[in-house]
Amino acid sequence: MARLTRPRRALSTNPLKSSAPLGAAMAYLGLEKAVPLFHGAQGCTAFAMVHLVRHFKEAIPLQTTAMNEVSTILGGADQIEEALANLKKANPKLIGIASTALTETRGEDVPGELRDILVRRGKDLGDLKVVYASTPDFEGAMEDGWAKAVTAIIDTLVPEVDPLHRDADLRQVNILPANYLTPAEVEEILRMVRAFGLKPIVLPDLTSSLDGHLAEDWAGHSLGGTRIDDIPAMAKSAVTFAIGESMAGAAHLLAERGHMPMQIFPSLTGLQAVDNFVSALMNVAGASDAPPAIKRDRARLQDAMLDAHFQIGGLKYAIAADPDLAYALMTALAGLGAEAVCAVTTSAANPIVDLMPCEEVILGDLGDLEEGAREAGATILISHAHGRHAAAALHLPLVRAGFPINDRLGAQDICRTGYRGTRAFLFEVANAVLSHPHERHPEDFGAAPIDPEFEHDRPQTAPH
Amino acid sequence: MSDALKQTVQDAFDEPGCATNRAKSASERKKGCSKPLTPGAAAGGCAFDGAKITLQPIVDVAHLVHAPLACEGNAWDNRGSASSGSMIYKTGFTTDLSELDIVMGHGEKKLYRAIREIVEKHDPPAVFVYATCVTSLIGDDIEAVCKAATEAFGTPAIPVNVPGYAGSKNLGCKLGGEMMFRHVIGTVEPSHTTDYDINIMGDYNLSGELWQVKPLLDRLGIRILGSLSADARYKQVAMMHRAKVTMLVCSHALLNVARKLEETYGIPFFEGSFYGISDTSDSLRKICAMLIERGADPELMDRCEALIAGEEAKVWEQLATLRPKVEGRRVLLYTGGHKSWSVVSALQELGMDVVGTSVRKATDNDKARVVEVMGTEAHMFENMAPKEMYKTLKESGADILMSGARSQFVALKARTPWVDVNQEKHEPYAGYMGMVDLVRAIDRSINNPMWADVRRPAPWDEPRPFAGHRPRIQDRCPVSGLANDPTDFEDC
Repeated sequence: MARLTRPRRALSTNPLKSSAPLGAAMAYLGLEKAVPLFHGAQGCTAFAMVHLVRHFKEAIPLQTTAMNEVSTILGGADQIEEALANLKKANPKLIGIASTALTETRGEDVPGELRDILVRRGKDLGDLKVVYASTPDFEGAMEDGWAKAVTAIIDTLVPEVDPLHRDADLRQVNILPANYLTPAEVEEILRMVRAFGLKPIVLPDLTSSLDGHLAEDWAGHSLGGTRIDDIPAMAKSAVTFAIGESMAGAAHLLAERGHMPMQIFPSLTGLQAVDNFVSALMNVAGASDAPPAIKRDRARLQDAMLDAHFQIGGLKYAIAADPDLAYALMTALAGLGAEAVCAVTTSAANPIVDLMPCEEVILGDLGDLEEGAREAGATILISHAHGRHAAAALHLPLVRAGFPINDRLGAQDICRTGYRGTRAFLFEVANAVLSHPHERHPEDFGAAPIDPEFEHDRPQTAPH
Repeated sequence: MSDALKQTVQDAFDEPGCATNRAKSASERKKGCSKPLTPGAAAGGCAFDGAKITLQPIVDVAHLVHAPLACEGNAWDNRGSASSGSMIYKTGFTTDLSELDIVMGHGEKKLYRAIREIVEKHDPPAVFVYATCVTSLIGDDIEAVCKAATEAFGTPAIPVNVPGYAGSKNLGCKLGGEMMFRHVIGTVEPSHTTDYDINIMGDYNLSGELWQVKPLLDRLGIRILGSLSADARYKQVAMMHRAKVTMLVCSHALLNVARKLEETYGIPFFEGSFYGISDTSDSLRKICAMLIERGADPELMDRCEALIAGEEAKVWEQLATLRPKVEGRRVLLYTGGHKSWSVVSALQELGMDVVGTSVRKATDNDKARVVEVMGTEAHMFENMAPKEMYKTLKESGADILMSGARSQFVALKARTPWVDVNQEKHEPYAGYMGMVDLVRAIDRSINNPMWADVRRPAPWDEPRPFAGHRPRIQDRCPVSGLANDPTDFEDC
């Protein structure tokens, strides 16, 4: 429905997207005892790490191969080898490497080098797993980097099962969440899966690693995540569910490895979207009914839709976000009659862009958001924390969604997924509208001001 | 109830200006025009509520409620009257009487001190003091306190002696107006008057409705001298006696004040409405005609006709673009009688189908008009219990309910679109531009894709093929430790 346009200009004003390696690092952080490692210069890692730290308010064990001028020219294999050897001391179970623009520009054959290193240093590294994803900064956005890392994890750790001797666990379900899903959102998805008596394996799983908890001890690796032993077991699951179109590639690969059916849910926000997911869960579970908690959640969402449609119906909003997130929020709002008068996204790689409920999607930046919102008369903005500048300039409320949200606490707890999350999202948007009440004045209607003679002759101190 | 108050109430029930009242016998008239309230089946506000509704829109006045907390604490800051100036009317002032105050009879002293604190801190042009049930019952003489305070502080303190138990909200509106006539109207003289000065009475400028009409008056050179009480200043109430004409907006409630203004000061009045296109035009014509009778230049009428012709053409042009979106849709109307009638005829002009309407509060005249417009009386109904209304909505196949906020949830729970057309609404629908806004609101509500979504059956209500048995598993939620067995599922 939507047409993707690429503004013809050289300048990007107020960037919207975060880079692909950052997304890959976040994916690796959702694995048990993992250390993400950027193959690039020290600065690539520092910027990404600060970004993650300020969003999650957690220590992030992001590491770097610290490429220097000489190693960049001569090749970075030695840097990787040294990094692996050093990182082994923190006793991680997995090291996830993400390439950066620097090493990709040089054109390193990291998979080849890595094979050699693992053979040469096999004894030292023991059962440490090493995953490599090619994620140049100059290609795609954060959600692409995340998806590439998940694909690489599956490719490296999930064995192909023999279709003739497939020993499927009929109650085990693979969940591949897209990058935009917060720990709270993944938890909500898992809650729904478990509600139908199913056993989920989620890859990657931020719910136990970046949910924001105080650990007993200092660890130089991720604080939780998908158990490494569970990853090969994913091949035995009954079905693979990908949440977000960006996970299609990873889901296809996993389904091929395990010879299982798979289904992609482009969004889990909005009544119809969640109904589809629940319906699929019921099919897997062989259930004809749902637990009372799920039924209650749905009825409460219906009621929230009725209450919120007064504010959201006819609402003109502008949104800037990665494709999957933008699609999820836009379809939910379109379902209540809101109109996206300006939509900006980050990646052309995701085909979901074509299905966004608006006329035009700009592959652009927050400058486009500000201009588009102003021109089209949007009354509310949806974007990540950097959108606050546009919001301030336009005097509009900003609903924070996406990455980074570094000027608020609890970014990991935002949940806009499932029946409950959708309900919260609708209230959030409606309240943002209500928080900027349009005080009407006579001149709005073209009425002349009141005769000064009628006014009280002494100045008053009204308390507000 | 004190004898004075009793007499005031009796006087209010004897309204020669009201057609309904005139038609009654003397004994019937004595019973009053509001039906007796039935314990266990009453809904709606009290007399104090009515007085407050009528007077609170006077924006530069401090409204002080002499009562234990409930009367103001549970009710303040919930009305949408807009102000173009002072915001002091939105401030909740109350004496918040305690048990000790009541038992020891400290009420009057506390009230006096409260008035002083308001005058010292906010210096308003006047303080309105509202009596309530408890303070009337214990015999606080607010009139005496107001008199003393006015003398001592030099700022008029106006007693509004309309306690809740005096009767219904409607009666309270009347009595609130009566208090203005007794204590305020005629106390200030305007510096100059023109032949184009009018009073507007019974409009409360909800969400700015007065301002939707004011540009029309501005263009005709008509000045709103007195206002009770849309966007009103205290002085505008005090100067009302110098206007040439009074327009009473869709309201029988302030008829008494309008009549007394006519009797005492010779200001003629008429009842009109700014809801709907034809009513707006009629009201403008009527204002102009009456002003001309009282000395305005007769060319005013030509300008008025030109304005109406231009505005009507403009509004119908705007409505024509909305027509395809609402044409053929069925409307059920549940509102207070006559004020909606010009709206109904406009909706019918747009091709909408009015399937039923309430006739509560409506006069015989209104009912005749219902029959005239709808062609039958089959779809008129009186007061309706929520349960019945739910049933009617479902059975009539109405696409939308237009009503007040009290039936909002009846409509929503019946999964039926709803537009607020009563006093709590958040959008102004007055005048020509208001009609376009109203149709836009109907379009936005009726055509919201959400309705199809909420009416769709849940996944578990849809037939699905049997997918075979699955083995039971023993697994626990790692967070809560609860079993994830659907038969034993709790939130985790």
